[in-house]
Amino acid sequence: MRSVISILDLSVAEIDGLMQTACDIIANPAHYADACRGKKLATLFFEPSTRTRLSFEAAMYELGGNVLSVSSGSSSSAAKGESVADTAKTVSCYADIIAMRHPKEGAPYVASLNATVPVINAGDGGHNHPTQTLADLLTIYRQKGGLGNITVGLCGDLKFGRTVHSLISALSRYEGVKFALISPLELKLPSYVKNDVLKKKGIPYIQTTDLVSVMPELDILYMTRVQRERFFNEEDYLRLKDSYILEPKKLAGARQDLCIMHPLPRVNEISVAIDSDPRACYFKQVLNGKYMRMALILKLLKEAGTL
Amino acid sequence: MNIDSIHNGVVIDHITAGCGMQLYDLLGLSELECSVAIIKNVSSRKMGKKDIIKIDADIPVNLDVIGYVDPNATVNIIRGGVLVEKKTIDMPQLLTNVIKCKNPRCITSTEQELPHVFRLTDREHKIYRCIYCETKAN
Repeated sequence: MRSVISILDLSVAEIDGLMQTACDIIANPAHYADACRGKKLATLFFEPSTRTRLSFEAAMYELGGNVLSVSSGSSSSAAKGESVADTAKTVSCYADIIAMRHPKEGAPYVASLNATVPVINAGDGGHNHPTQTLADLLTIYRQKGGLGNITVGLCGDLKFGRTVHSLISALSRYEGVKFALISPLELKLPSYVKNDVLKKKGIPYIQTTDLVSVMPELDILYMTRVQRERFFNEEDYLRLKDSYILEPKKLAGARQDLCIMHPLPRVNEISVAIDSDPRACYFKQVLNGKYMRMALILKLLKEAGTL
Repeated sequence: MNIDSIHNGVVIDHITAGCGMQLYDLLGLSELECSVAIIKNVSSRKMGKKDIIKIDADIPVNLDVIGYVDPNATVNIIRGGVLVEKKTIDMPQLLTNVIKCKNPRCITSTEQELPHVFRLTDREHKIYRCIYCETKAN
């Protein structure tokens, strides 16, 4: 059974196909309004989430399907000690496809090994979040007209930020991509991502703590939140949480066609004064996420022979 | 220093000096009733120094464990005082229930019944990663 646990579970050709489907959905929503009639998506969210769960649910409703939902671990049998494997086997009896978020890294993979329906990883701890990456890729594709030959600045928590790791992995497969890694020293990109992806593929990158100095080079500025839930030590979180705050004056040297992205939710990393700047693309990302999830649900249900 | 030769048993030779104890632990040799010798820092023309483990019983040893700890080691099976088999060692693609994932965020930290499985992701640098959370084994 085909599942999507990591963005690398999808080939470049498959991602291109998903983007084409998403663009077709945007252009012809009525054509897809009954595509999943009678099918059920189970959203199993064992960790708080607003946009990802609602995005999956909105995606399934817009495809004409239905949704079964667990919105927190405490309201499910997981609170009684049920294993992820048993949960996956059980939910497979009710639903045609599962979207799972879990605080433990690897939980959706365990679910995929045990489910008899496709499983989509909707975020597992600080590990993978492939559908956020799909949203990011569609946003870049629509803003820049392609995914190659761009310089991408990644700013904030590059250590625990799963969206950053997935985006680097995904973009590393396209030609002419360069990265600027902007973070406090304590939140630098893990060496395994640098070694296994960037160095191994010979992808140019710079590491810096200074956002403003690299701003003129950037086609994309991807801001991230310093996530309280990833820290074991509250003092470390408080010390680092305000490291980078994007304000209008910091955009003085930025290109006119810069695309400012953020996986959201933001706390204060991007001033609300930026929201009215035409270069702010983070709410477009939210919308693109729904379209890519629609495309992914369609693809996996077709491959499973359910549609 | 003299260690008696064995009549029926296993000799793990050419172990990189310093890796003998790790092999002893991961192979679970402390649980054996028979004689087991760990000889450390033996002079070696090829390696300079090496470790050797001699097990005085004809028991199966987990070659995956040896391949993970030291793929350059050799395993000799002795029967009737004669070398009857020399096993070649390779790094296993998957290593199951030999080492544990130390990432406190990994699903294996809370679901005890899950097997601890590591996959070889970089043969050149001998890097294994947890199949669930991709944390590097160390």
